[in-house]
Amino acid sequence: MENIDRTPPALEIEDLFVEFRGRNSTVYAVNGLNLKIEKGQTLGLVGETGAGKTTTGLAVLGLIASPPGVVTQGNIRLGGRDILKSLEGEERERLGTLWGKKKYRHVYGSRFCVSEGELQKMRGEKVSMIFQDPMTSLNPVITVEKQIAEVIEKHSKISHADAIGKARDMLETVGIPRNRGSEYPHQFSGGMKQRVVIAIALACSPDLLIADEPTTALDVTIQAQVLDMMKKLKEKNHTSMLMITHDLGIVAEICDCVSVIYAGRIVEHGTLEDVFDHTLHPYTKGLFDSLPDLENRDTRLKPIRGLMPDPSIRYEGCPFADRCDYASDICRKEPPREVHRTDEHVVACHLYNEDNIAEGGAL
Amino acid sequence: MTMNQSVTSSENAGKRKGQFSDVWKRLSENRAAMAGLFFLIFLIFMAVFADVFFDYQKACVDLNIAERLQWPSRAHWFGTDEFGRDMFARVVFGSRISLSIGFIAVAFGLLIGGILGALSGYFGGALDNIIMRICDIFLAVPMMLMAIVIVAALGTSIVNLVIALAIACVPIFARIVRSAVLSVRDSEYVEAARAVGGRTGHIIFRYILPNCIGPIIVQTTLRIAATISNIAALSFIGLGVSAPTPEWGALLAGGRSFIRDSSYLATIPGIVIMLTILALNLLGDGLRDALDPRLR
Amino acid sequence: MSQTLMDVRHLKKYFKSGKGFVHAVDDVSFTIEEGRTLGVVGESGCGKSTLGRTVLRLEEATDGSVLFAGEDISRFSRQKMWEMRRSMQMIFQDPFSSLNPRMTVSEAIEDPLVLYKICPDRASRQKRIEELMETVGLAKRLYNTYPHELDGGRRQRIGIARALALNPKFIVCDEPVSALDVSIQAQILNLLQDLQKELNLTYMFITHDLSVVYHISDEIMVMYLGQVVEKAPSEVLFSNPVHPYTKALLSAIPVPSLHNRRQRVIMKGEITSPIDPPAECRFAKRCEFATDRCRSGEPRLTEVEPGHFVSCFEFGGDFGTA
Repeated sequence: MENIDRTPPALEIEDLFVEFRGRNSTVYAVNGLNLKIEKGQTLGLVGETGAGKTTTGLAVLGLIASPPGVVTQGNIRLGGRDILKSLEGEERERLGTLWGKKKYRHVYGSRFCVSEGELQKMRGEKVSMIFQDPMTSLNPVITVEKQIAEVIEKHSKISHADAIGKARDMLETVGIPRNRGSEYPHQFSGGMKQRVVIAIALACSPDLLIADEPTTALDVTIQAQVLDMMKKLKEKNHTSMLMITHDLGIVAEICDCVSVIYAGRIVEHGTLEDVFDHTLHPYTKGLFDSLPDLENRDTRLKPIRGLMPDPSIRYEGCPFADRCDYASDICRKEPPREVHRTDEHVVACHLYNEDNIAEGGAL
Repeated sequence: MTMNQSVTSSENAGKRKGQFSDVWKRLSENRAAMAGLFFLIFLIFMAVFADVFFDYQKACVDLNIAERLQWPSRAHWFGTDEFGRDMFARVVFGSRISLSIGFIAVAFGLLIGGILGALSGYFGGALDNIIMRICDIFLAVPMMLMAIVIVAALGTSIVNLVIALAIACVPIFARIVRSAVLSVRDSEYVEAARAVGGRTGHIIFRYILPNCIGPIIVQTTLRIAATISNIAALSFIGLGVSAPTPEWGALLAGGRSFIRDSSYLATIPGIVIMLTILALNLLGDGLRDALDPRLR
Repeated sequence: MSQTLMDVRHLKKYFKSGKGFVHAVDDVSFTIEEGRTLGVVGESGCGKSTLGRTVLRLEEATDGSVLFAGEDISRFSRQKMWEMRRSMQMIFQDPFSSLNPRMTVSEAIEDPLVLYKICPDRASRQKRIEELMETVGLAKRLYNTYPHELDGGRRQRIGIARALALNPKFIVCDEPVSALDVSIQAQILNLLQDLQKELNLTYMFITHDLSVVYHISDEIMVMYLGQVVEKAPSEVLFSNPVHPYTKALLSAIPVPSLHNRRQRVIMKGEITSPIDPPAECRFAKRCEFATDRCRSGEPRLTEVEPGHFVSCFEFGGDFGTA
């Protein structure tokens, strides 16, 4: 940041809060999330169901359904450009009270800095997203090449024939023969469909690709093929990637950095080596211990006890405290602050402070 | 140990009873459904105690030409008809016929159609084909025409009217229940029921039908509403209830000739029919939601 | 040596489809000893779920026999089969769809007890329900909750309690943890292992997750398009896979560690259609070692070392038939 010439990060999220306001209760999905992806880097966002992974991805694209979804605070920058900005001072007062009722004061705590039209243009060109289920993200009555061409035509002024040609090129890059472009999605297998989805996402060579559990619906051997292909493509195009997954194996396979998300906050972030070999946070440790060990069959699994915290309750302290074996009083009272082990490796846990982190903290 | 046991038993029993009051609680939170329910209760109350408030002879048989065609007033809330009879009393007596025929006809239709539909959906195959093709034949004939044929063949009477209207409902219920059964028949919990040794009847009544209740309830309320208007239509063309028995459709038909000067004669029964149908629909929607534990 | 509880012989299950017969399970034989776990792995469409259902006679087998504790249940009458069902139960994959949404936790667990008239009066039934809930780790306060109010792990516990209600000897677990988060998955796997020890249960554990199957099974059977391609004790299969498909499958597991990474075998080629497949090795089209012989006949399961069976011409010896 000191150096003006440095290329800005592909994605920066600061202090993001997202809630879903229902009739009877509010779900606090994302609670002060920070995230940064350098250009060309792949970040794995790891967490369990309901941790706020997908919501974070959707927030970047400005696709959170509203109502009921509300971004109450936070900044999002894509390639150095402000997309979403927290409202400050007077502006916050003015726009925040637009809904009239005092209760809804901070409904619009953040505001998009780009118009809906620009936002639409950015989706696809600057950032695009791959969803979990390839079966439902393709239109069943349009041929696959037309579905890819449609995206290309939307973002560049080229003729339909050229767009189809480009679409076929895209199919080839994801490993599908050109001539199969005129087929319909149901004629493809699950792995092939996911390749088509990836082709659509990459059609306008976006700077950032958000992949939301792209291989969860696929078989292991097909998953291996798709991951292999994604890895090659991102290296070829220098695409930055946000890989949302629950599988630490996939992270080890494809990512450069990992952020572990729990109850809408990043609890640990670092390079692969930091997080895998110098695990700090008790939750991250718990995740590793829950996995069956392929080296030794007889070790008993050590699950994390208890359940995910209720997302409709705001926690005063650390949301993991109730499930944590090392929790003390302070964990239930105060939210933990971020402590750096190295420049990159950060943990949000009361067990650590600047003095003890080098020796492994109070664990 | 026994102490402890009995404590938990009574605690659980209390909660079990709570499940029914739970449905009521959820229903009572739905204002539209409650409005519908109260309107229907009011209608039924009036129909049952009509004799207490009004004199049937005076309201429906006797002529009182001196007071004919009076607009609604304090003496006659709904005005009087062309023979000077009090319209309010006639609407109330009319509700006896309309409501009872409507409910009874739909109840029969639901029972027969529901069983046929459940069998058809659950077993499939040839049985399904036979039942559904017969239903198709019935559905292909306009409902009105069929009712006319049945009433004309059997003669005009209230029993025949009920038969005609019930038969008209059967294929519709059979189709609705069949499609609802089909949508849950292959679900994993039905297979799970089979895996723990559930037999066909048990599976249909404990697993399949409770999960089909939503569309069935909605369809039932809609059918009652439609049947009431069908009775009205049949009476209108003279095949339903014959004069002087007051019936909503007949009242509406009777008011037609005076629509220029005494428009209330047609509009008031019309509004009552409309409100009843609306109340039934609101209640049906509310019931469907209240009965679904997932919507809690 | 313990006794053989489950003996499946040449089991076949074909489904009729528009174009012909889908060979979902094609000539599968295996045995499971009492108190042991057989893991069945394979990718979607390999027939592993159908195999589980056919073994329990939730689907009628096209051919072959299933011997349970020495009795051939595939010839049983409906009534006898119904009685037998007490001893053989199933845990389903999706805890979100395998429970009736309109039954409370207690009603769901009570159902099998009522069906088999196990506890005659309500009080004893309730006692049994509470006992079962405790066994699977469900808090008593959940007695009257509906499944949709609970998370996946707890729902799966209800499914397990239901299966245990009849005191079965044998349980088919059809992907019981694949819909769950890792931390919850570990809880359920531990529960299943504890129950096995405590109640001397025999499991047939069907899954696509290789690390899970390795952890829980004594013996693993790898299926490909309705057939068994390799069968061996867990350690042997993982340390010394022989069939090219098993090798590719094992290499595809994403390992959550930065060390000891395996070399990937990326498979190419089309998957053979399961509809009336030709008489050749079904993996031949995707196999890099396939020769003319692989395309001219079907290989047979052959013992390459004690307890280790492989169905392959190239790596499984010379015993295939044309």
